[in-house]
Amino acid sequence: MKGLMPISLLVNGERVEAHVLPRLNLADFLRENLQLTGTHVGCEHGVCGACTVRVNGDIVRSCLMLAVQAQGASVQTIEGLSDSGEVADLQAAFRDRNALQCGYCTPGMLMAAQDLLKQRTDLDRARIREHLSGNYCRCTGYQAIIDAVETTARARMGRKP
Amino acid sequence: MTASSASPEVLSELDRPNSYIGKVVPRPNLERLMQGRGLYVSDVELPRMAHVVFLRSPYAHAKITNIDATEARRMPGVIAIVTGEQLAAVITPWVGVLSHLKGLKSAPQHAIAIDRVCWQGEAVAAIVATNRAVAEDAAEIVRVEYEELDPVTDMRTALDAETPVIHASLGDNLAFERNLDAGTVDAAFAGSDEVVEAEFVFGRHTGVTLEPRAVVADWNAAETRLTIYQGTQAPHMVQNLAALHLGLEESQVRVVCKDVGGSFGIKVHIYADEMATYALSKLLRRPIKFVADRVESFNTDIHARDHRCKGRIGVCRDGTIMAFEIDDLTGIGPYSMYPRTSAIEANQVVNLVGGPYVTKNYRARARVVFQNKNVMCQYRAVGHPIACSVTEGLVDLAAAKIGMDPIEIRRRNLIADDAYPCASPSGLRFERLSHHAAMNKLMAMMQYDALRAEQTALRKQNIHRGIGIASFIEVTNPSAAFYGVGGARISSQDGVAVRLDAQGSVVCQTSITEQGQGSESLTAQIVGSVLGVSMARVRVILGDTDNTPYGGGTWASRGAGIGGEAALQAAKALRKNILDVAAAILQSSAAELDISNNAVVNADDGATRIELRELARIVYFRPDTLPPGIQPELMATRHFVPREYPFAFTNGVQASWLEVDIDTGFVRLLRHWVVEDCGTIINPQLVDEQIRGGVVQGLGAALFEKCIYDERGQLTNANMADYLVPMSGEMPDIDVEHVVSPTLETELGAKGAGEAGTAGAAAAVANAVNDALKPFGTIITEIPLTPQVILAALGRI
Repeated sequence: MKGLMPISLLVNGERVEAHVLPRLNLADFLRENLQLTGTHVGCEHGVCGACTVRVNGDIVRSCLMLAVQAQGASVQTIEGLSDSGEVADLQAAFRDRNALQCGYCTPGMLMAAQDLLKQRTDLDRARIREHLSGNYCRCTGYQAIIDAVETTARARMGRKP
Repeated sequence: MTASSASPEVLSELDRPNSYIGKVVPRPNLERLMQGRGLYVSDVELPRMAHVVFLRSPYAHAKITNIDATEARRMPGVIAIVTGEQLAAVITPWVGVLSHLKGLKSAPQHAIAIDRVCWQGEAVAAIVATNRAVAEDAAEIVRVEYEELDPVTDMRTALDAETPVIHASLGDNLAFERNLDAGTVDAAFAGSDEVVEAEFVFGRHTGVTLEPRAVVADWNAAETRLTIYQGTQAPHMVQNLAALHLGLEESQVRVVCKDVGGSFGIKVHIYADEMATYALSKLLRRPIKFVADRVESFNTDIHARDHRCKGRIGVCRDGTIMAFEIDDLTGIGPYSMYPRTSAIEANQVVNLVGGPYVTKNYRARARVVFQNKNVMCQYRAVGHPIACSVTEGLVDLAAAKIGMDPIEIRRRNLIADDAYPCASPSGLRFERLSHHAAMNKLMAMMQYDALRAEQTALRKQNIHRGIGIASFIEVTNPSAAFYGVGGARISSQDGVAVRLDAQGSVVCQTSITEQGQGSESLTAQIVGSVLGVSMARVRVILGDTDNTPYGGGTWASRGAGIGGEAALQAAKALRKNILDVAAAILQSSAAELDISNNAVVNADDGATRIELRELARIVYFRPDTLPPGIQPELMATRHFVPREYPFAFTNGVQASWLEVDIDTGFVRLLRHWVVEDCGTIINPQLVDEQIRGGVVQGLGAALFEKCIYDERGQLTNANMADYLVPMSGEMPDIDVEHVVSPTLETELGAKGAGEAGTAGAAAAVANAVNDALKPFGTIITEIPLTPQVILAALGRI
């Protein structure tokens, strides 16, 4: 097709080669081209956080990034974080605390929470609430999510030497 | 029996060794959602699937004079461009009325507008293409010519003689009016020491489900059968209506509902664009996918709560409330929504005002008018937040007028806990409520007296904090009285089929649906408890009209109370069947046996007699070894619908503690407390999280959420950046406790809990803001309580 551009990137550790239109955003590329449907699209303009993924170690709104901008990058999605076990403890805390209802925000929420937990684990509730304020949840009222992240932070802090 | 407990310990015969009822157990479906391995409709891909984009009207009211799609049709990838007139060949229009809402009228609505558009966002053409981006490109070059008409936007003037009538055939813009006059209202006001009145104004807002509405419709021309993948709360309702309007038998329509990204009542209706998608699939003989984008969601997902309600309360100096009177006005857009209608919210307001209180003197008028804005209909806690805010706002005003503490006036007027059964002035029948027990518990939780002292102390430092209280009642477990009696084919009964599989595990199929509330979990908990089977061995199937019994689905706080009772009765029936077979195999009697921990055991000493796995093996593979005449039935189905009470009312009370910054007008929520009574609690954690989530939706309405229309009917904030929803940073921790008054209409005793949080949250916040602003002598009776509203009330802007 006219205007297609070649891209090459790592997605969850696998090499992906594709030809995409320059206007295709990363969220649609992941969902439609790679069928990685764990990345959700909620608002399509960078507000709700449902499409949060990790690019070269930083979390980004994949609806605000073009697929061609991911050329050469390493992208990690919720499928990758789940399979590697990186967020297994956080997921267990979400499960035990029922920190999700419909689950649509959850992949993005886990991404954002893990981003915070990687930065530090001495977290109070206000800091957690602030960090997750870019991720909307319409079901839970947030409290259970804050509880689950707080529990995970404490557990991880306890494991540190 | 009203027990008072956060997690009830006493649960009669249900409290068996394997009992999961009343326990916190994780929901079985969480792993797939957390790993990104769910299946939402927006994830569904089918062979030959095409995508539809709707071209929507930029005007609130206009004639369509021409649609020219010649150029757009030539674009590569475009499959079809279909107008309303063309689509009308495959789908008939509908009228959203119900016969028990006397006088309710509406006009025929088409899947795609024909000749005229009545709100900004109404679809005027469908563009079908190989992918969504191509369809959007094509939509940009479809030329539609409009002749703009005068829009009717202000509900206050919608009925004036000089206002244009939106649907000439209806004669006026009045969709529905209800009047109620109970007791001796005039005498009661005359006998009151004080009469206080106010006008309460509610912002129009919407549900903002994080996953937009989405549907994949797959007409298989060879099978002459339509499969609809839709995130709906009511699959059988969708089946019925799709069949009806496409001229099919219901057996020709299958509705599949996998994971749903939020519903809250938004996804309990049938939208014109969804109907259009079904019809397009039939017309084009291929799967068609529609996923609303966020702008479309704001312009077409039902809105709710756009009410202006004048209220009056009469009170004596001793605190006795003598009478309530309201005059409610609401604007619902150009059509009454299908099939549940847009008169239900106003009707609920009339039903519920004054509901927690003793007085029998109550007069109400509600008027529902048409306007050229997006349609309004039922959203979580339908009518409750309006009724609760008006009632509790008036009670606080009355208390202030006579110089009484807000708790004291409530204690003197709430229906006594031993006065049941009784009825409200509007005819609502209450089986058993617990207003006073709930209030007592709330006082202890929030340490009311200490909080008042803190408030007084902080005032001296110019810190203005407020306490707001809101008692409420909630409609749950609706019977056929809600929709069925009005002629809508929306089932009020639900069914559950339970079977023992060949390895002794349990499969249950239920007609209730899951959108995150925990329907799967509560069904498995009940079935596991009754059967004596561990939850890990119970699999729940729901959301598929081909594979579940017929039923209503999950809405109006009905899943646990109605679907849960059906599950309980089905499991009891299967249990009996299993024990009969076991008795035959073991040469014992059913009365001497029990099931526990996945095995048939002796009822007296609990000794294992035969594993369910082994029993199933014999039944399915070696029936030849069973005694003659034994025909095992390892599957049982039961249905349930409430018959005695039209609704199982619940009650509760909420309190808000907040701080108002009088310089900026910002409100900081500090704490929020809820005590509610939903009867038997199946899973305390799930109930509490329903309450918390509901509260936060109510807090959104109280402080942030509003669809802002201009005078031309243009929605000016139709995106998530401009339409504010609660974020984690500004929400408080919410403490939840319970009083437990089980309904005696079911063995389970569960009532609903899904809407209690939303019912009273905004009222508690509004009362708290007014309490905080008391030194300034200002009363605000409008939500959302934005900084602008607060600063204007304080005379600062």
